[in-house]
Amino acid sequence: MSGTAPSEGMFDCRNAYVATLEELAADDPRIVAVVNDSVGSSKLGKFRDRFPERLVNVGIAEQNMVGVGAGLANGGKVPFVSGAGCFLTARAMEQIKVDCAYSQANVKLCGISSGVAYGELGATHHSIEDVAWLRAIDKLTVIVPADPWQTGQAIRAAVAHDGPVYLRISRMPVPELVRPDAPFRIGVAETLHDGGDLAIVASGTLVHRAVAAAELLAADGIGARVINMATVSPIDEAALAQAAATGAIVTAEEGLAHGGLGGAVAEWCARHAPVPMRMLGFPGFLPTGSAEWLMEQHGLTATGIVAAAREVLQSKRGG
Amino acid sequence: MTDKLNRNNMEQRAAHIRERAGWMRQRLLGMIVAAGQGHPGGDLSATDILASLYFDVLRIDPAAPDAPGRDRFVMSKGHCTGALYSALAGRGFFPEAELDTYLRPGSRLNGHPNRIYLPGVETNTGPLGHGFPVGVGIAIAGQIDGADFRTFVLTGDGELQEGSMWEAAMLAGHRKLGRLTVIVDRNRLQQGARTEDTNALEPLADKWRAFGWKVAEMDGHDHAALLQAFDAAAAPRDVPLCIIAHTFKGHGVSYMRDQAGWHHGVPNAEQYAAALAELEAEAGR
Repeated sequence: MSGTAPSEGMFDCRNAYVATLEELAADDPRIVAVVNDSVGSSKLGKFRDRFPERLVNVGIAEQNMVGVGAGLANGGKVPFVSGAGCFLTARAMEQIKVDCAYSQANVKLCGISSGVAYGELGATHHSIEDVAWLRAIDKLTVIVPADPWQTGQAIRAAVAHDGPVYLRISRMPVPELVRPDAPFRIGVAETLHDGGDLAIVASGTLVHRAVAAAELLAADGIGARVINMATVSPIDEAALAQAAATGAIVTAEEGLAHGGLGGAVAEWCARHAPVPMRMLGFPGFLPTGSAEWLMEQHGLTATGIVAAAREVLQSKRGG
Repeated sequence: MTDKLNRNNMEQRAAHIRERAGWMRQRLLGMIVAAGQGHPGGDLSATDILASLYFDVLRIDPAAPDAPGRDRFVMSKGHCTGALYSALAGRGFFPEAELDTYLRPGSRLNGHPNRIYLPGVETNTGPLGHGFPVGVGIAIAGQIDGADFRTFVLTGDGELQEGSMWEAAMLAGHRKLGRLTVIVDRNRLQQGARTEDTNALEPLADKWRAFGWKVAEMDGHDHAALLQAFDAAAAPRDVPLCIIAHTFKGHGVSYMRDQAGWHHGVPNAEQYAAALAELEAEAGR
């Protein structure tokens, strides 16, 4: 998509994904890649050239791709099953549920170009339901990295973790985030901006926008705590308790707000610490348009997050 | 067990399988009667195949169920747990007495096999069309490593109406998975009707050949024929093998044989007694 080509200082997380995978595969013969004719869109051409016998291309057959991944795990491999997020998750949902999660197979599922990266191609190619679907499945870890560094860290963590993981890999350009020098851990969120008036809980491509929003709010004397909730399942409850302690929460994600990260935060707050919330995300099937245009239309920008923050602060103050 | 048998003596090997299969039939019917539910039709069509695999063919060690070099067996027709569990218990993967807990609350013997609870199960199955692709993945892992373990998958015939089965068949043929064997339990019945009246599978052998597979066909209740087919499967080959085992649902219990109604029927006390009497008479033959 021409609309998602990274500009200077912006990165396509697929590059961090494949670079890390190649680095790990050089030392770990268990690592294999499984693709549904998606060598190019998964950027695995170099991996195939370096490790030809460890690139399993099943052709255009997602159900088989995930089942084969579970079988490779049974045979002692650590398969990275990579395909466009829209097809990988929707077509192979029962294989993800039964062969991977219920069987606790050591499969790493990589939903490439997730969210609305394929904006102009329409709702068939948008993967905005994936997080909502997959976080409903027991014993499946769901990770939505926010930048290249975290993508690489998440790949390493997924290899170290014995069990099924879904990694949502974006091609939408994002900057490297400035963050405290702390290693990524599955299930542990990171706080990227401090503030006590409200919390912004974001994932993936929305995290850098949330940081920008917090800076805009700070200029107006509003303190926003920004939490990068990279692991959506299992969610970091301690981080949510801190978010709820501010008394107001905005969630932001490149996917359905209902059922996704927003849904997860709302469920936790309803049970433990009800606070006013605004949930930024997509409402459902989207029209054609570039990814950036679709995100602007639904407030998934720094200014959109600022507007939602002002609204939720009104609710917090009883306005 | 097989160690004590002369592997060159087919008559002796077949007699051993016949005895084990008879025991499995009695055991699984008892489990179904006690539980008040189950799938006796498909259990009984698959019994001789499973008995041949578990009591002769598979190189497996119940004391090391996760040994990397073990042969793999995947029960793609995961609903036939009466047959699978009796084979696993008979082979020593868990105590035989545990078969009496079949389908009880909290039992490890769930309606469909679960590898998290139960040693000897390779992957959780139940929904049709899942086990075969997993078996293909196992065989690919072996192919990448040049390992010498073999992978066996048992599918129902109705299960071949699932598209994922043909995705897997196509890939196995393409990759020439010579250490993979699929057995089709060709009992010609699915849940409510004949396969050929529902969504016809024939010409079935031609379909497998067209996907790059070698095909063998035999009477799936003939123990010597099954063992010969599995012996042949062990010989070096460069394509996957499909064994079409012609079977009857309910085989071994005359009133159940070839009757769609026994897909998931449960015998009453009188029927159960008649079935046991018939199986005991057969054992004494």
